[in-house]
Amino acid sequence: MNYHWNWDIFFQTIPSGDETYLMWVIHGLGWTVAISLAAWVIALVLGSLAGILRTVPNRRIAMIGDVWVEFFRNVPLLMQLFLWFFVVPELLPRDLSLWVKQDMPAKEFITAVLALGLFTSARVAEQVRAGIQALPRGQRNAGLALGFTQAQTYRYVLLPMAFRIIIPPLTSEFMNAFKNSGVAYAVGVWELVFVSRQMVEETGGQVIESLLVPTVLYIVCAYAANRIMAVVERRSHVPGFIVAK
Amino acid sequence: MIQIQNVSKWYGQFQVLTECSTSISKGEVVVVCGPSGSGKSTLIKCVNGLEPVQQGKIVVNGTAVTDPGTNLPKLRSHVGMVFQHFELFPHMSITENLAIGQVKVLGRSQDEARERGLKLLDRVGLNAHANKFPGELSGGQQQRVAIARALSMDPICMLFDEPTSALDPEMINEVLDVMVELAQEGMTMMVVTHEMGFARKVANRVVFMDQGRIVEDASKDEFFGQPRSDRAQQFLSKILNH
Repeated sequence: MNYHWNWDIFFQTIPSGDETYLMWVIHGLGWTVAISLAAWVIALVLGSLAGILRTVPNRRIAMIGDVWVEFFRNVPLLMQLFLWFFVVPELLPRDLSLWVKQDMPAKEFITAVLALGLFTSARVAEQVRAGIQALPRGQRNAGLALGFTQAQTYRYVLLPMAFRIIIPPLTSEFMNAFKNSGVAYAVGVWELVFVSRQMVEETGGQVIESLLVPTVLYIVCAYAANRIMAVVERRSHVPGFIVAK
Repeated sequence: MIQIQNVSKWYGQFQVLTECSTSISKGEVVVVCGPSGSGKSTLIKCVNGLEPVQQGKIVVNGTAVTDPGTNLPKLRSHVGMVFQHFELFPHMSITENLAIGQVKVLGRSQDEARERGLKLLDRVGLNAHANKFPGELSGGQQQRVAIARALSMDPICMLFDEPTSALDPEMINEVLDVMVELAQEGMTMMVVTHEMGFARKVANRVVFMDQGRIVEDASKDEFFGQPRSDRAQQFLSKILNH
């Protein structure tokens, strides 16, 4: 391999100012974390809601959940991002549309969070649905027979166990939120992918360094998400509840 | 207390219940038996509205379960039910299992609910297990907790849906003993079971079902003495001589 390594590039200042590329990477990491966490909150809340809707006895209400999942699951993430960024503002009432296109603060960031959050929510919804349906049928009946309403049955009986069951796939989904946040570069958010591409162009070919450092940072983020979920899993362990190891 | 009038029910095209009628008065113990697939579990689930019926009427303590305007949660809160697979809530301790309905449905305080729960736990002989979780108890113990949970709501009647058929043979009696005691105290009970010993001991009446119909509805002595239908005779000879 005939490659000229130069790790010093991270300490070089950028052509148009006095920041170092290292500062860029740190900023990029900050945006990546911000997008991922914000999107994860949206995904968890709306995904749980859509997943629950798909399991309610009333078919009409369940349909809302079905449509939600099918839409956000069947369109590629990058396409969803572009739809939110370019198409949705056009569909808004005229004044609002103008404001979104010209004055909305942090437009790129908000769009990316929305797109990633909704995309991920469809996947979370399917996991929540699977968790609820994996419970014995009698559990719902036991809750109802005690005099719980449907809502109480979900709150006290079904969801506490369903969420425990789906912690492993939810962990993967949380990690995916970090990895998928990379698409935000396409609408111009200065997150890790954006920074590394920019560095590749500006540093005259230090491709490996420019891509390697963000890559390692993604691994660290995803692994941190994994560890957080491991703690959640341990804390929510139910004594005597057999889990296949 | 419980009136079942001409109840018919279909799952899609398949008819599971055909014009079932019977009634249970206050303090009566009625055993419902019959071969598997005869509709007895379905029938008992209709009594507290867990399963809807398409035809006929069910009235519990003056309230029409089958009326769409009925407040089912309220009705169910004073109809105790015990299931084949216990259905304790696995993520709650035994104490919590016993308290949750009292607190969230009846509006009792945590302390009050806890005290009442422990009293009932003592009654089913399990007070040493108050802080354990359902997964740490045997099947028989879980079913006794499930009975205590139903009793914690001060039910006016109790429904038992095959309460011993998921249990190991040596655990059946500990559950039946609790049920016999309940019956002797005058609890109104509808019990789907194959335990003919239990029926002989405490039942007032036996309802025999086959293919979704109530074939025989007789006093205990009549049923065990001279069942009218051939089907019930066959059933009895098989189940008693095994």
